[in-house]
Amino acid sequence: MIESNPLSRKGRPGFDGAAISIKGAKKSFGQFEALKGLDLEVKQGEFFALLGPNGAGKTTLISLLAGLARPDSGALSVLGFDVGRDYRQSRRAVGVVPQELVFDPFFTVRETLRLQSGYFGIRPDTKWIDELLENLQLRDKADSNMRALSGGMKRRVLVAQALVHRPSVLILDEPTAGVDVELRQTLWKFIRRLNEEGMTILLTTHYLEEAQTLCNRVAMMKAGQVIALDTTQNLLAHHSRPSLTLSVGQGKTLPDGLMQRASLLPAGRFRLGLENFAEVEQILAACRTAGLEIKELEVGQADLEEVFVRIMKDTPR
Amino acid sequence: MRGFTTLFGKEVLRFWKVSFQTLLAPLVSTLLYMLVFAQVLDNHAEVYPGVSYREFLIPGLAMMAMLQNSFSNTSSSLIQSKLTGNIVFILLPPLSPFEIFAAYVLAAMVRGFAVGGCVWLASLIFFPHLPAHPLELVVFALLGNALSAVLGLLAGIWSEKFDQLAAFQNFIIVPLTFLAGVFYSIHSLPPLWRDISRFNPFLYMIDGFRHGFFGVSDIPPFESFLIVGGCAFALSCLSLSLLSRGWRLRG
Repeated sequence: MIESNPLSRKGRPGFDGAAISIKGAKKSFGQFEALKGLDLEVKQGEFFALLGPNGAGKTTLISLLAGLARPDSGALSVLGFDVGRDYRQSRRAVGVVPQELVFDPFFTVRETLRLQSGYFGIRPDTKWIDELLENLQLRDKADSNMRALSGGMKRRVLVAQALVHRPSVLILDEPTAGVDVELRQTLWKFIRRLNEEGMTILLTTHYLEEAQTLCNRVAMMKAGQVIALDTTQNLLAHHSRPSLTLSVGQGKTLPDGLMQRASLLPAGRFRLGLENFAEVEQILAACRTAGLEIKELEVGQADLEEVFVRIMKDTPR
Repeated sequence: MRGFTTLFGKEVLRFWKVSFQTLLAPLVSTLLYMLVFAQVLDNHAEVYPGVSYREFLIPGLAMMAMLQNSFSNTSSSLIQSKLTGNIVFILLPPLSPFEIFAAYVLAAMVRGFAVGGCVWLASLIFFPHLPAHPLELVVFALLGNALSAVLGLLAGIWSEKFDQLAAFQNFIIVPLTFLAGVFYSIHSLPPLWRDISRFNPFLYMIDGFRHGFFGVSDIPPFESFLIVGGCAFALSCLSLSLLSRGWRLRG
């Protein structure tokens, strides 16, 4: 069981508002408007995905929340602490895993974690550091110099560094880039456990199946604005449908009624969008009536990737 | 407070882990200067009554080594962190601008003192005497190291690539140090150059330090103290202001 730190688990006294609150955040770099008056709230305890293509403004938004950059205008707070005015409290409340694979080549993994604890004003907690090393499969590398680690290991050290001060809110900016499948699963198991114990998680990733599996709510960004914000379930229900992919033999086509709504795939296969799964029976019956033999059949679930592609396509820049 | 002590400790550890490069190398180069000059210019006229040229060189070289090393410590640490991106480890935690400033500057001063102390110990071979005014010596060493460390901090904040830092060091710091009376008394200069030298704050650090060593100097030590202290204070205020604004650190 992970012990909670009463200092870092709390926001302002009596505060029960959003874990992250962003109102009218604007940020430009020269002529380029990275954020165009963005509003967003992440509730306490949520596992929240922030999705968007490269250049959408996700990392800029994270930088503003973490105090790595300053907004041109707008108000950003973490657990009720303004990221500018109350920077000490807001930074104590947040752990950030940066997108860039950065490390200090002078130190070992354990030294890095001890130093990071100190920067946050806390005495290095050996038990917690050991627990992080264990959960992130870094125990064997604890006394190795950072330079000696592989990319995936360095990425996990970044996760440990973000957690070493037991933040209430964890921001992960593409944390699984370059991490192999097994370790990715270990990482998510650990992060999910932290979330179940009350930690708010904000995740950006290009692996949309991860976001779909892990996150309760999703915001999609494009060109510095949020263009979709809903629960993962609602987004899937409203923007994606299950589909039926089938093959009726080389050179043969579906009956007219089905052909009109089918899309042609390679190797003579057809895909039909489904309103519900009961439709599968009707489609098969229509094929039987037309004397067609089903050679191959696959029912596909709705997925976030399809939703993402659709929403990005439907929203002009 | 723990944030500050951790960052200070990390900065000290950083140069300690590469002490061949950060402590031993400057010590060796300074001793080589002493050896060569002592040999070649042994018969040079006395600069001050009772102070031979090679003795005159010792405080200047010791101060020069301290200034260059305290400058290098802050500037190289910051530029490396900025270029490798690991500056985020300092920017993400709740460290105040003053804590960052104090940790970097004090760690650089520790390195400056370590180099200066070793140079002084080694110089006892050439000049086996105790300083005339030890307190003055320490005050000028403190102020000089602090001023140089703050300059290094400013250079590290301003630079966005190694080339810019090298320009700062080679075109500002090195000339100011070499033209600050390390190797000569400004009284030996033509009047115009003597007047120009008066605008170089490094001159006052070295001259005041030398007064602590021998009890004689070109400029009254209190005047040097005020000028060096004033410069250190002004540049510290500038650094703190830049750190508070996050200039070239927080986008």
